[in-house]
Amino acid sequence: MSILAYIESKSNKPKKSSFEVVSYAKELSKQLSLELIVVAINIDDSSDLNKYGPDKIISIKDANLEKFDAKIYADIISQVCIKFSTSHVILSGGVDSKYLAPILSIKLEAGYVSNVVDLPSKLEPFTVKRTSFSNKSFCDTTITSDKKIISVSNNSFSPVENPSTPDLVDFQAKIPERKMTQDSLDLAKGNVSIADADIVVSAGRGLKGPENWGIIEDLANTLGAATACSKPVSDLGWRPHSEHVGQTGKPVSTNLYIAIGISGAIQHLAGVSSSKVKVVINTDPEAPFFKAADYGIVGDAFEVVPKLNEKLKAFKAENN
Amino acid sequence: MKILVCISCVPDTTSRINFINNDTEFDVNGVQFVINPNDEFGLTRAMWFKEKNNAVVDVINVGEQTNDSVLRKALAIGADKAVRINRKATDSFQVATYIADYAKENSYDLIIAGRESIDYNGSMVPGMISEILNINFVTNCVGLQIQDRNAKVEREIEGGKETLSCKLPMIIGGQKGLVEESDLKIPNMRGIMQARQKPLESIEPSDLDVKTTTNKFYKPEEKKEIKMLDANDLDSLINLLHNEAKVL
Repeated sequence: MSILAYIESKSNKPKKSSFEVVSYAKELSKQLSLELIVVAINIDDSSDLNKYGPDKIISIKDANLEKFDAKIYADIISQVCIKFSTSHVILSGGVDSKYLAPILSIKLEAGYVSNVVDLPSKLEPFTVKRTSFSNKSFCDTTITSDKKIISVSNNSFSPVENPSTPDLVDFQAKIPERKMTQDSLDLAKGNVSIADADIVVSAGRGLKGPENWGIIEDLANTLGAATACSKPVSDLGWRPHSEHVGQTGKPVSTNLYIAIGISGAIQHLAGVSSSKVKVVINTDPEAPFFKAADYGIVGDAFEVVPKLNEKLKAFKAENN
Repeated sequence: MKILVCISCVPDTTSRINFINNDTEFDVNGVQFVINPNDEFGLTRAMWFKEKNNAVVDVINVGEQTNDSVLRKALAIGADKAVRINRKATDSFQVATYIADYAKENSYDLIIAGRESIDYNGSMVPGMISEILNINFVTNCVGLQIQDRNAKVEREIEGGKETLSCKLPMIIGGQKGLVEESDLKIPNMRGIMQARQKPLESIEPSDLDVKTTTNKFYKPEEKKEIKMLDANDLDSLINLLHNEAKVL
């Protein structure tokens, strides 16, 4: 029996969430005394993972796997699971992982829980804590099937160092036929995606118009942050839908969320509530967001944000 | 073209979330249930296929009789028939299996579900259905065009968008972008009157072993008091973020 961790990659390197996923799987493998296998698809150098304790790394490289395809990736992972009698599969909360996990759960006849925020509170019966009601609550979910799949929310489990010298195992996967073709790919240049970001800088209607987003982008650049926006801003077409965070947009579980000119509707607060630290900058001292934040500044975004940006630049220069 | 739209009945986005019976059950008292927003974008997209391509649009839900009012709303928006699998939904695998069973018997060209429901946020049901039925699947779907048996689908990915082509039959996990918020229809009186005459079938399913059970809910811990800082003292903010919160 084994535990398998599937890790996502970007530009053929493990994503940051990989270290969280492997650390989570390592802790679980210790509790269950099982071997930990990491599956890396089209990753050139997996040595960064060794810090977090895998026993084996299965690296699968193939030109046909260059483009992610949920059905094909799920099929390959299930081949590895069968070969190594995997009982538990751990993956991240990333878009691709959550795309393939339900497919994998049917292939393996496994019970699957997503948005998990902690190690199992009980192993028998196997019970994990996850978010529910769009981050307005948590719940305990028990997996009753023999095989189990867990998707761990990004930024909810901190990487734990646990160095190992894993065996690198060759695995000849049968690659199924591709049934979907990618016609075009449209990537926003140079920006950080909300799902990957440690810091998100988000702005609302308080910015008064799309032409004023320069100060938000500058601040995000300084912090290496992703930019986001409130629902009205995306509905007005000031910013793309992909930046809309909240209950019907993207959930954000980042280390630092800076909300500028966002009053804090209940749906928005739900979407960002699992972020660790929230800073609110708003002209209205009565804005509901102040009740849900850690640090607040009552002030005009057009004055505060550029000043904050200059100070942060100086801070970064000093601390790097 | 035959389309099946999967409808989840969820608390309205403004609902207060509370629990009863020793925190084992969601408190429905005073809560208004609505069509899951991600499903409603999909239903509206299906209506366009109905208008332009004469598609037949059925909606399906797994749940108890209390969900009928939400299904009536889907009929009032324009769906032709509603089907309710009469069983309390407890687990995504159960919901996906029941819907897949129904879809298999009634051969749909296109199944539209939401990317996730806003209550349990599992993002599981459409992917599971796709695998049970062995059909193509695109989630986080923000655009869908169909010509003959060919679909062109836009999918939101991290940091951008991709366009994919595949053959029907397929299932999508839809979200905003499939149609815009302003495209959503509030049913008019004619629609509401017509909905009363439309079929709403209740089907008794066979028993099924679920794979997960949810048995205890928690409210998030009370937030600690906010620290208010002066707009002219941004050094303090940076200092706190660095030394206290340790996020810089």
